[in-house]
Amino acid sequence: MAEVSYKELSLNGLWKNNPAIVQLLGLCPLLAVTGSVVNALGLATATTLVLICTNTSVSLIRNIVSDAVRLPVFVMIIAAAVSCIELLMQAFAYELYQILGIFLPLITTNCIILGRADGFAARHSLGPSIYDGLIMGVGFGSVLLLLGALRELSGTGALFANMDLLFGPGAANWKVVLFANYQPFLLAILPPGAFIFTGLIIAVKNLIDARIKKRQDARKDRPVKGAKRVRVTGTIS
Amino acid sequence: MTLMRITSPHAHGPMSTSRVMQNVLLATIPGIIVLTHFFGFGTLVNIFWGSIVAVACEALALTLRRRPLGFYLKDYSALVTAFLLCIALPPYSPWWLIAVGIASAILLAKHLYGGLGYNPFNPAMAGYVILLISFPIQMTAWAPPRGVGELPGLLEALQACFVPSTFDAVTMATPLDLMKQNNSLLLEDLWAQNAQFGRWAGIGWEWANIAFLAGGAWLLYQRIFTWHAPVAMLASLSLMAALFYDGGSSASGGSPLFHLLSGATMFGAFFIVTDPVTSTVSVRGRLIYGALIGALIYIIRVRGNYPDAVAFAVLIMNFAAPFIDHYTQPRTYGHRDTRGEE
Repeated sequence: MAEVSYKELSLNGLWKNNPAIVQLLGLCPLLAVTGSVVNALGLATATTLVLICTNTSVSLIRNIVSDAVRLPVFVMIIAAAVSCIELLMQAFAYELYQILGIFLPLITTNCIILGRADGFAARHSLGPSIYDGLIMGVGFGSVLLLLGALRELSGTGALFANMDLLFGPGAANWKVVLFANYQPFLLAILPPGAFIFTGLIIAVKNLIDARIKKRQDARKDRPVKGAKRVRVTGTIS
Repeated sequence: MTLMRITSPHAHGPMSTSRVMQNVLLATIPGIIVLTHFFGFGTLVNIFWGSIVAVACEALALTLRRRPLGFYLKDYSALVTAFLLCIALPPYSPWWLIAVGIASAILLAKHLYGGLGYNPFNPAMAGYVILLISFPIQMTAWAPPRGVGELPGLLEALQACFVPSTFDAVTMATPLDLMKQNNSLLLEDLWAQNAQFGRWAGIGWEWANIAFLAGGAWLLYQRIFTWHAPVAMLASLSLMAALFYDGGSSASGGSPLFHLLSGATMFGAFFIVTDPVTSTVSVRGRLIYGALIGALIYIIRVRGNYPDAVAFAVLIMNFAAPFIDHYTQPRTYGHRDTRGEE
């Protein structure tokens, strides 16, 4: 299998094939836990760590495991990695662990992870696999963070509340109140808000893509300087 | 030379979209007058501010979608949405509440789906529900009716809308709230203990409902809609109320007449359920659609947690309308029943 360039991997993970807003994988945690920045950051970190671990292990054993049993093996690896991350969070960020609740163990069933394990790590060598895990996690995480920030801001009028859950007591005053006396807008924090904002983010992404494509097409159509044209009759003014 | 090409009797539809919408706007006037008489200028201020926001949102959405502004603004549909939503909102709502509601209705519920004619949900009711689940406190703050509490004047009404922090709102539970909260009283005692009850339902509410019924009857006479959906809705609501009414205690949810003249019943029946875009098309479909809305209104009113149920019931049935239409297609003349055989 031909090796892919790191540049292409980055572009894929962050934009062109972003797991959250292009492949629309992992929507369940995406919609469920992005009520605030801290929740989003917690889940994004956990998912990225799991992705790196599983991609590493799967890439290492890719030549040993036979094709017939590869999926059960991958799932076992993923479950093990998720359990480790879960225990780590339980040890170092217990409150956040309680808030994220069922969505931490559910990372196991997140399609992004199995998708990258079977679709990428099982066919590529160690280096690109680790990088792919990292960049896919970052791509997923950045959408989670954006969504969390949008929902927290429109829902409560503030940003970065309760960051001490993740960064210790020193982060308790990181909260930035952008609008004082803001009337809490419950819809943004409730599940319908997640659907609406995800849809808007996807729409903006498609809009940007369409703009880029239009510009590229315009560039392609422009005649090359100094090109010879067949002159039929008359003169070209 | 102009050619006169008139053959055959051409049936000409006199009703354009803007004519229909104008008629709907006119038909809301009796209801608005009654609401203003009993609850003060709040509803008028709501409508005034809501209409401005609605036209602005419509213009914004049309510009973004690169549609001709003049043509679509003249169909009055944004104004109808604003009127319907603002009538449903509590009087003396703050300006931001109205603005959020109208913006959600026009931008999210209407233009994101493709504009008038493509929206699966009634924009006014979608806006109302978004507000109700987002701002439950402001959305349940109804003013006391005339004769029970002090009515604010026009200046105070404007103040309540545009400078809400300086206005002390006086609010009171609506008859529907009282009926739901009390489970252990005789209806006579409930009526005697609470001043906001009138002859059949709440003071103000009963006349507002009768006024909306009159406006709706006029629309029906103008053939803006057919009788099927509203009549089915009112009948099934009455039937549900009659089935579960035990004759005198407040635990059983009130008499059929109480339900017919409370909350948004008549307003919903003639101005919301009859929305041609989001309701069903076939005659049998309209009967089913209306009847299910009526039943849902009763269930959500008596068993649910929200003050009134029309908006929720309508949204749920909006969702089901294409499905009902699929199973109630009328037989095409000259064909056998083709349902389910394609």
